[in-house]
Amino acid sequence: MTTLDSSKEIKKNNSDVSEHHEDFRMFGLITFLIADGMTFAGFFAAYLTYKAVNPLPDGAIYELELPIPTLNTILLLVSSATFHKAGKALLKNKNSDTQKWLIVTALLGITFLICQLFEYFNLPFGLTDNLFASTFYALTGFHGLHVTLGTLMILIISWQSRPKAGRITNKNMFPLEAVELYWHFVDGIWVILFIILYLL
Amino acid sequence: MISKNLYLILIISAVFAISFWIGFNVNLLPAEASINAPIYDELFKILFIIGLIIFIGMTIAVIYSLFKFRKRKDQLGDGIALEGNLSLEIIWTVIPSIIVLIIGLYSYNIYDRMGGMKELNHSHEMMATNTEKIWAGISQASNSEFVSNNLSVEVSAMQFAFLFNYPKGEFISGELHVPVDQKVSMKMESKDVIHAFWVPEFRIKQDIIPGQPTILNFTPTKVGKYPIICAELCGPYHGGMRASIIVEEESDYKDWFNKNTKTEVSL
Amino acid sequence: MTISIDSQGSDTNSLQPKGWLRYLSFSLDHKVIGIQYLVCGFLFYLIGGTLASAIRIELASPMSDFMPRDVYNQVLTLHGTIMIFLWIVPVVNGAFGNYLIPFYVGARDMAFPRLNAVAFWLIPPSGLMLVASYFIEGAAQAGWTAYPPLSITTPQSGQIIWIMSVLLLGGSSIFGGINFIATIIKLRRPGLKLMQLPMYCWAMLGTSLLVVLSTPVLAGTLILLSFDIVAHTGFFNPVLGGNVVVYQHLFWFYSHPAVYIMVLPAFGLVSEILPVHSRKPLFGYTTMVFSIMGIVVLGLVVWAHHMFTSGTPPWMRLFFTIATAFIAVPTGIKFFNWVATLWGGKISINSAMLFSCGFIVNFVFGGITGVALAQVPFDIHVHDTYFVVAHFHYIVYGGTVFIIFSSIYHWFPKVTGKLMSEKLGILHFAITFIGFNLCFAPQHWLGLNGMPRRVAEYDPQFQFVNQISSIGALLMAISTIPFLVNIFLSIKNGKDSGDNPWNALTPEWLTSSPPPVENWEGEAPLVKEPYGYGKPITQEN
Repeated sequence: MTTLDSSKEIKKNNSDVSEHHEDFRMFGLITFLIADGMTFAGFFAAYLTYKAVNPLPDGAIYELELPIPTLNTILLLVSSATFHKAGKALLKNKNSDTQKWLIVTALLGITFLICQLFEYFNLPFGLTDNLFASTFYALTGFHGLHVTLGTLMILIISWQSRPKAGRITNKNMFPLEAVELYWHFVDGIWVILFIILYLL
Repeated sequence: MISKNLYLILIISAVFAISFWIGFNVNLLPAEASINAPIYDELFKILFIIGLIIFIGMTIAVIYSLFKFRKRKDQLGDGIALEGNLSLEIIWTVIPSIIVLIIGLYSYNIYDRMGGMKELNHSHEMMATNTEKIWAGISQASNSEFVSNNLSVEVSAMQFAFLFNYPKGEFISGELHVPVDQKVSMKMESKDVIHAFWVPEFRIKQDIIPGQPTILNFTPTKVGKYPIICAELCGPYHGGMRASIIVEEESDYKDWFNKNTKTEVSL
Repeated sequence: MTISIDSQGSDTNSLQPKGWLRYLSFSLDHKVIGIQYLVCGFLFYLIGGTLASAIRIELASPMSDFMPRDVYNQVLTLHGTIMIFLWIVPVVNGAFGNYLIPFYVGARDMAFPRLNAVAFWLIPPSGLMLVASYFIEGAAQAGWTAYPPLSITTPQSGQIIWIMSVLLLGGSSIFGGINFIATIIKLRRPGLKLMQLPMYCWAMLGTSLLVVLSTPVLAGTLILLSFDIVAHTGFFNPVLGGNVVVYQHLFWFYSHPAVYIMVLPAFGLVSEILPVHSRKPLFGYTTMVFSIMGIVVLGLVVWAHHMFTSGTPPWMRLFFTIATAFIAVPTGIKFFNWVATLWGGKISINSAMLFSCGFIVNFVFGGITGVALAQVPFDIHVHDTYFVVAHFHYIVYGGTVFIIFSSIYHWFPKVTGKLMSEKLGILHFAITFIGFNLCFAPQHWLGLNGMPRRVAEYDPQFQFVNQISSIGALLMAISTIPFLVNIFLSIKNGKDSGDNPWNALTPEWLTSSPPPVENWEGEAPLVKEPYGYGKPITQEN
């Protein structure tokens, strides 16, 4: 028996067994997002402790304006909705629509980042000015990194879901579903961040 | 059957007896030189005895099993197919839980007797009054007592020395002198990294941190010279960071204080 | 992944490395990755052990006279960091977890083989970077705990390299944890229920939950610390408005579960070894599962018992005292159950069994000092002294390392198809057990009587006891020799072990030694009773 034959036989055995398993890649992604969430949880815990225990020194400036972050919140929430639309289009095998919605989502993400940078440049405090300034930049910066990564991934899958490519189809939806879950996660973290940093 | 149970009772009694004997006769601790120390040593004895009973008991069980139940050369079969015993498992869940609970409550009592539960400010220990915040340390007095207490010392720790400031006398000393049998109150802060103040003979320790004062109070009961040891890694000379606390008779302390004081006030 | 039946793992693709070269390649085979973790971890154990020997040589005299003081602090920092992140955590999780878990769930490999290989290959470069930091501008010297402000004020490059290394190692650990959870939950062969799994799977499930929940917090903390060092922010620097105690809370939120990450897998492994060599079922399977979960839950809420003297308020100290003391209950249950497993068995007194029994004795000792340390008033006197050093070495060395050795003796025949020498194994055990206890038992007394931790010089009254401890350390170093000789001789000339020299019942023993690439020929066996010793029925295959 050649190696080719025996590997076919093992694959047959394997597929018999693996037929019983659902796709566990999403499970792995969820576990990863829980881990990622815990990193943010550590940052939030530090911030809230500082707020409770470490007073802002006299003369220190730490003021936040609401318009830009509110706009950012709306941008992200809308982008989650557009991403969802992309997924629905893929189910119906309308790849060109999927692509369009994904590009819209990516554009919303890029707009978010531009607004965030605009906010950074117009803030009266810098990274090292005081404890709350540092925590603000650390938290929003870490989140911004996640948005950047997510936007890049959206651009990649929007290219991969182009109609004739056959890479992402309604038979292989996992790449889109995975990036969508990640994007919703990033969105959720932003909402928590917005409440804790800007509203509280 | 009767002799088997008798053996068990004998062994358990022997384990208890040996543990109690060792607990009461083997002294693993340094001299007791503060009010705190005998309270601490009481807790130590109890923990030591309970620990010995459990450790000796388990070790005997393991060694006994290795001998009694070892496989002889000719034996091919398995042991008994015993997968569990609910009543036994309940016993060794409930009894340890009770022991742990009792130890915990007893420790609370000990901690309270050592002054650990005293509030340092009127409100939350960590909350700022407008002027300063105090972190909790063991205290047999409150912050307000610190000011009125005759024997208040401000301790500064830095890499790699302790300095003792006697505010009432307006002088700073490299040695901590205190009179015996009187309450001493220390407010400690670090000038750089985290240090700690530890006197083994007093059984007390408190980290000295930068940015917040910590309070440590004690009452020495035995005249002598004891080491003050830094017990938090603070750099290359951490091992050499020591000072001395000299506990002396009231009269000797007054002499020392008056020799050093810069104020009009003398004791 | 190409598959073949040949147990060597070679195939028609001439680009795939053959034989021992597989172990230097980016292999996706969980068995290869498991051995990679084991050997890499053991090499770092030898490095960490050399550092320990340097410490014990320094401590043989009360003056700081063997090496410069700042070098001593680098040595002790690297010793702790290497032993934890490059030896214990990778070996009990990555080595044994990767090798055994696919067998135990009846799978051909882990859920994410490529993630698995990535997780392993993060380790050698991080470890080398950490060791190399000594030769750059000096290694980190603030202890493996890296408390600020000390870690902010010591030389920067060493501390930053330390942070980067630990971040990568933490990432590796998290990837491994994700893989183990997915494999255990999702990859079980049809018909195999969770409560039929070998206990090691439950231990790894609990451990991986801790890894996934707590390691990221360490990552975040070290990122903030690195900002303080490099960008002069003030998260933990009081001069700039920060708070040193917040660092401690964040650090210990991971580092306390870390000790369970080091110990729970060992609990799982000993649960596999004892039944086989006593020919008796594991006593109390269900309670063992619940106690693992109890330890996991409690392990997440007790971190501040490392901070009893830091400046925490009394109510917080009390809460953590009670919670910490309660971990003794599920842990104690496990030890009673292991002794009950031995009781009434037909025990083979071999190297694996001796190391497992040594584990029980040592760990009970360490656990008792642990319950004592959990009590706030007790801890205040012994915090940051050699009492604590003694306690955790009884747990980590007397506990986990003893189990690592026991596991090596137990599974060596499975991995290589050869038997190890029992004579050398028993010699190894004897020297290790005596040396270990000689080294660490006296340290309890040192701590109680006034010797702090992390010092190169001490009160001369402690010299004699320190010398005894150093002799014990020497014996521990010597004990490595019969072990290594045994490994090399057995690989070369060991007697053929056959497929199942211990007549064990768990799935890895129901295939050839060494196993084929796809783990079994044909379908994976369904083992519903991995501890079915003493029963007259035969196991279904």
